[in-house]
Amino acid sequence: MSEHSLDARRLLCPLPVIRTQDRVKQLAIGDVLTVICTDPGVMQDIPAWCRINGHAILQTQSDEYEYRITLKVGD
Amino acid sequence: MKQIKAVSLISGGLDSMLATKAIMEQGVHVEGINFFTGFCVEGHTHAIRKKDKEKPKRNNSLWVAETLGIKLHIIDIIEEYKDVLINPKHGYGANMNPCLDCKVFMVKKAKQWMEENDFDFIITGEVIGQRPMSQRRDTMPIISAESGADDRLLRPLCAQHLPATLPEREGWIKRDQLFDFTGRGRKPQMALAKEYGLTDYSQPAGGCCFLTDESYSKKLVDLWQARGTKEYELDDVMLLKVGRHIRPKQNFKVIVAREDGEARFLQGYKNSYINMNCASHRGPLALIDGEASAEDLHLAAQIVARYGQGRDAEQVDVMVRDLSGNESIIQVKPLAPNELAKEWFV
Ligand code: SF4
Repeated sequence: MSEHSLDARRLLCPLPVIRTQDRVKQLAIGDVLTVICTDPGVMQDIPAWCRINGHAILQTQSDEYEYRITLKVGD
Repeated sequence: MKQIKAVSLISGGLDSMLATKAIMEQGVHVEGINFFTGFCVEGHTHAIRKKDKEKPKRNNSLWVAETLGIKLHIIDIIEEYKDVLINPKHGYGANMNPCLDCKVFMVKKAKQWMEENDFDFIITGEVIGQRPMSQRRDTMPIISAESGADDRLLRPLCAQHLPATLPEREGWIKRDQLFDFTGRGRKPQMALAKEYGLTDYSQPAGGCCFLTDESYSKKLVDLWQARGTKEYELDDVMLLKVGRHIRPKQNFKVIVAREDGEARFLQGYKNSYINMNCASHRGPLALIDGEASAEDLHLAAQIVARYGQGRDAEQVDVMVRDLSGNESIIQVKPLAPNELAKEWFV
């Protein structure tokens, strides 16, 4: 298992989801990816994308300007 | 027997959702594909504006996929789409929407995906007569032929009006369980949604693409004319969705945030555009797009001051930041309402 991060700041949905999807394709099952975004829409879209595709959300965090979503790659 | 697999073009609207469900009902494994052109109307783009904050901020394509229980592949076609928009073989619709070329392109991409992933056919939610440009009886065969999908392209909602496709002829799909919808009416779709137990689906009044929007299209044409080329970057077309666009001269325009949500969005472009806001009074953030001289910046500052709380003041300090982040103050008299020419508003 390895940990990765993806900077998706300034991108508007669905681009953060697309970048997450493309990055996850390169990772192995069990890897952990943290995506950092500025579009609040990701708080809904990335978890939805994970549910559809069988990945687990480990944590979501937000402050005034940034949103961080940590997911674990499923099969 | 081999499991038959179909890839469905999911737009996030009701028709593609119903078309997908109809095929799933026949035991076919379906996965969705959704294309991001850069011009898609996303709930989130709207949510930049405060007045829309109350609306749910979901992505409709993801919602459709989750509701139907299928996988969704979202594909970034921003770069390849430029050629579709700049040189549409079949021309534009009522606005800058190259719908027919766009459909051909998307089905072609879906076909490529189908082949790479060993799927058998393609589904769309098209209905004959639904859209004046791309969904007519005579355009359906054009899309099938020019995309190369030919008889592997199935439109479940109006299939009974069209020649039988490969999935029907091979017996993968029962034609009598497909539909014969035509025209712009929504009643059959709504009845079918009810039958499938689907509620809460999205029916965007303005469609799901900015290119069908008149005011957006005007801004796009203005951008092309001012630059003397149709080339564009994603940032250009994103910015057309936000703010007041005021072009006092051919060589530059001022993009003024209309409220806090837009100002926050424009903040993200502060390093790539000269930008300004009132320093002595409260006022909006504005970006300058184009090559502006010192004299132009003075005029831009007068415009920006017009939208701040100092609009009636004799003099307003406007802070200007250049591309290196250097800040300077310009002192200006805000433009009077009658000096802000109507034709400057794009
Ligand atoms: S409305 Fe936009 S996305 Fe839809 S077919 Fe026309 S150009 Fe393409």
